[in-house]
Amino acid sequence: MVEALTIVLAAGLARGWRSSLAGLGAATLVLAVVVAVLGPALTAIPIDALRLVVGALLLVFGLQWLRKAILRASGYKALHDEDEIFAREIADARDAPPDERGGIDWYGFTLSFKGVLLEGLEVVFIVLTFGSAQGSIPLAALGAAAALVLVAVVGVSVRAPLARVPENTLKFAVGVMLTTFGIFWSVEGAGVDWPGSDAALLGVLGYVVLMSLLFVRLLKRERRTQLRAAEAQA
Amino acid sequence: MKWLRNFGRFWWDFVIGDDWRVAALVFAGIGATAALAAGGVNAWWLLPLVVLLALWLSLRRAIRSA
Repeated sequence: MVEALTIVLAAGLARGWRSSLAGLGAATLVLAVVVAVLGPALTAIPIDALRLVVGALLLVFGLQWLRKAILRASGYKALHDEDEIFAREIADARDAPPDERGGIDWYGFTLSFKGVLLEGLEVVFIVLTFGSAQGSIPLAALGAAAALVLVAVVGVSVRAPLARVPENTLKFAVGVMLTTFGIFWSVEGAGVDWPGSDAALLGVLGYVVLMSLLFVRLLKRERRTQLRAAEAQA
Repeated sequence: MKWLRNFGRFWWDFVIGDDWRVAALVFAGIGATAALAAGGVNAWWLLPLVVLLALWLSLRRAIRSA
């Protein structure tokens, strides 16, 4: 959501607020339709089969996040910098030639629409998977809507990208949570009972956190060794 | 046809990402867990181990290609 806000702000400042907000509105509408159509369809699937599919998808999706977060935390991948992304987006938007039709700048509209749709799809994916597996898509959608309102209100208030939000830490935490729930539901969906039932979720969470921190530590040590070797050679 | 290919590629990138081997290991792990469960073994421990292995191998590949 923070990334989507950065794109909407860049499009608004560089190409005009009307086009940027129209793009934001259109993308939000598409995302709401996706939730409204897929939500009821998912709740019709038997819960064990649903947990197996949802768990597997969440696990694969979550491991992508966790892998990137571990690479960032260990120094093998550049940290996410919202200010830098904002500066790049705004420079690109200012360089693009004007393309106005029907009172809408199509570059600004498309930039905002694509940004919100692509970033929003991740949110929709999480809302649908968590919501369906727990039997309450409306509650999950309400949580996402509350976060959207919060980000929008803060964004409009400061009129700048939310660079002070600890995004790298948040992404790490999201990767850990998605992987944890992915493991938990996949195993349940495969017909296995967790020892301690639902309380095992805390054990899985601890396992994923420890595993991730261990990998960060091992990779950091390896990177330091590589950098020292490179310095010695230079 | 091109639109369909692009649509498929988008969802592949979105869910599977840039290392398909992680997804392959995860799906194999879930399948093995289900097979063991069908045989009466409560193999709750298998998938966490598969995840550890898949993530570590994927990180090693990412570092080698960096």
